[in-house]
Amino acid sequence: MPNKSGAEQPEISGSTQKSQRTKITKSSDDNEKKSLAKKLKDSEICIPIVYGNIAFWLGKKASEYQSHRWTVYVRGATNEDLGVVVKRAVFQLHSSFNNPTRVIEKPPFELSECGWGEFEIAITLHFHSDVGEKPLHLYHHLKLYPEEESGPLSTKKPVVIESYDEIVVSEPSEALFARVQNHPAVIVPRLPADFTLPPVPLEDVDSKNRVDTKDNPLNQWFTNFSEADELLKLAAARQQVQAHIARLRRQLTLVDGQHQQLKAPSDM
Amino acid sequence: MDAKDILGLPKNLPIQEKKSKPPKESQRKPDGISREVYALTGGLAPLMPAIDVNQLKRKAQSENEKITWQWLPFTNSARKDNLQLYHWVRVVNGNPPTGDYSFAKCNKSADIIKYTDEEYEKYLTDPAWTKEETDQLFDLCERFNLRFIAVADRFPSTKTVEELKDRYYSVSRAILIARAPSPGDVSAHPLVKDVYNATQDTERKRALNLLLSHTKHQERRDVEVLAHAKRISEARKTIKASANLVLPVLSDTGTLGADKPITTADTVNPSTNSEFPSSTTTPVSETASVVASLRMLRVYLRTYSLEQMVQAASSSAGLRTIKRVEQTLQDLGVNLKPKVPTKAVCAEHLELRKEILTLLNLQKQLQYKEAEGSSLRDGTFTETPGTPPKQQSVRAVDLDRTFTPDSLSTGGERFGKREQKRKGPGRLAEAPSSPAQSKRPRKYKASD
Repeated sequence: MPNKSGAEQPEISGSTQKSQRTKITKSSDDNEKKSLAKKLKDSEICIPIVYGNIAFWLGKKASEYQSHRWTVYVRGATNEDLGVVVKRAVFQLHSSFNNPTRVIEKPPFELSECGWGEFEIAITLHFHSDVGEKPLHLYHHLKLYPEEESGPLSTKKPVVIESYDEIVVSEPSEALFARVQNHPAVIVPRLPADFTLPPVPLEDVDSKNRVDTKDNPLNQWFTNFSEADELLKLAAARQQVQAHIARLRRQLTLVDGQHQQLKAPSDM
Repeated sequence: MDAKDILGLPKNLPIQEKKSKPPKESQRKPDGISREVYALTGGLAPLMPAIDVNQLKRKAQSENEKITWQWLPFTNSARKDNLQLYHWVRVVNGNPPTGDYSFAKCNKSADIIKYTDEEYEKYLTDPAWTKEETDQLFDLCERFNLRFIAVADRFPSTKTVEELKDRYYSVSRAILIARAPSPGDVSAHPLVKDVYNATQDTERKRALNLLLSHTKHQERRDVEVLAHAKRISEARKTIKASANLVLPVLSDTGTLGADKPITTADTVNPSTNSEFPSSTTTPVSETASVVASLRMLRVYLRTYSLEQMVQAASSSAGLRTIKRVEQTLQDLGVNLKPKVPTKAVCAEHLELRKEILTLLNLQKQLQYKEAEGSSLRDGTFTETPGTPPKQQSVRAVDLDRTFTPDSLSTGGERFGKREQKRKGPGRLAEAPSSPAQSKRPRKYKASD
């Protein structure tokens, strides 16, 4: 029976022996399960996310304790559906809120509230079981008021503060890989051409069922995070530093040469 | 007001009348204390009176006894002579107080054990000490009440404080044990229980002296080393913590069958266990262990991995160097923490940090070499890297802040020009070593 997991050879043959006594089909199921659980070594899949908050000043409708309406959220960086890897998101609010632990069971992972204060929100992302068991923690400081003193507050223009990050799943199982490889929210590495993944039951890729943030009314305020700017800056900085290093190295050899000359006469 | 009276000046000038009204209320004389005493407190009553004012006078009145104070002689039982001194005594109804002088009980002294000659011959002989010396020691100890510093000062032959202490304590101990009817009786006695260790005492004093004579420079180095050690131990702790978390995670995935997870756990463990002892403090192996720990976490944030890698790369650098790296990053216009931390950006950021570290190291090397060079020229070989001589001072200042913000805002043009200035006559002939920078210098050389 062809199987890639060479290390498990004795176990497989043991099970096939058993199955020959009972059912033959069962051993093929076992095989599939074991190869699905096999991990892709030295590779990682990456899910870029953006998390933050949007806050609207309520203007005339504002009261002392409810001056702003804000929404805290975690979204895919390109507004894709995060439900592919995230099972649920837990937002831990300030203790002065009712039920400060808010659990969002399905995407979009966002939470809206009314309030007046800025505080730190702890966001915990729980993943599907094939991604990982441990949850990840993000921390976001809720911002309601604009940075600069831009005069009177406007009800039309919200305060938006977002942070970019990426969820990295290192050495994902083949099953996970097969499940997410075509999903737009996930960045997968390219596999070698001859690599064949085990067949996975096709998920419903009907776009109607995807809960992404593309239709979200708040979409217009989302920041577009592009790595190009930063890459350019970093490349330029590296060039400068490398130039300096080269210059210093030249100077060092020059100074060394001078020292040699100074030392030589005394040796004579 | 009294002063004005004395001087004969007119009182209560019309201008001052308004001023005197508000402060008057706080200066009202309170009851129970005279005005002058109240003024001593600054004109304000204390929040909590220290002594209840009313109690002071009442105490003697309620007792209905006659209290007088008399100047009487007294003797002190702590004195050996019969010196009679006088002091004030509180006499109640004509009866002077009885009892010893109240401070006589403070005259405590240590119990020095006296040995007889026979006892000396039997138990106390020692090659380094003669009987005479031992007798002298004990005599001095008694006189100075076991103040060994004074004893050592007055001891005729030169012996260290530790030696004297050692002799005294071992002799006393030996006597106690010898005189005791059974060893169990004296085992609780402090002299028997705790043995004086002369070598340990010497070591302790030497170490304290060393610590006291630490220069500021050494103290700073100590602090840096401790911070570094703390960082290493914390890094190791996180690795171990993540290793401990992985094992229960793997065993929980029961749906995939019990066999597979256990085998992977077994294969993971030996490989990671072999990695731990091999992790030395070099940055290269530190990053390798960070990579391993990240792999074991399985799911993590990109920013977290960058943090760990940066820490590992700068593990060999002191606090000051790290601050300089951050300063350089700021001067270059780069965010200390990338705003868009993608895989590529994080990789570039890490490489940039490493290159800056290399740059700073090279700068330091060059500074040292130049200081060396100048001292060679002068003929004196004094290593003072911190104070490079005058002809090198310009270059040193340049090296300190290689990237000043204004030179970078114009996209590096001015930077090229500055490089031109620094090049001496011998430099123009040098070809740039790396292709990356060949474009810029050539551009400005044409303008020459």
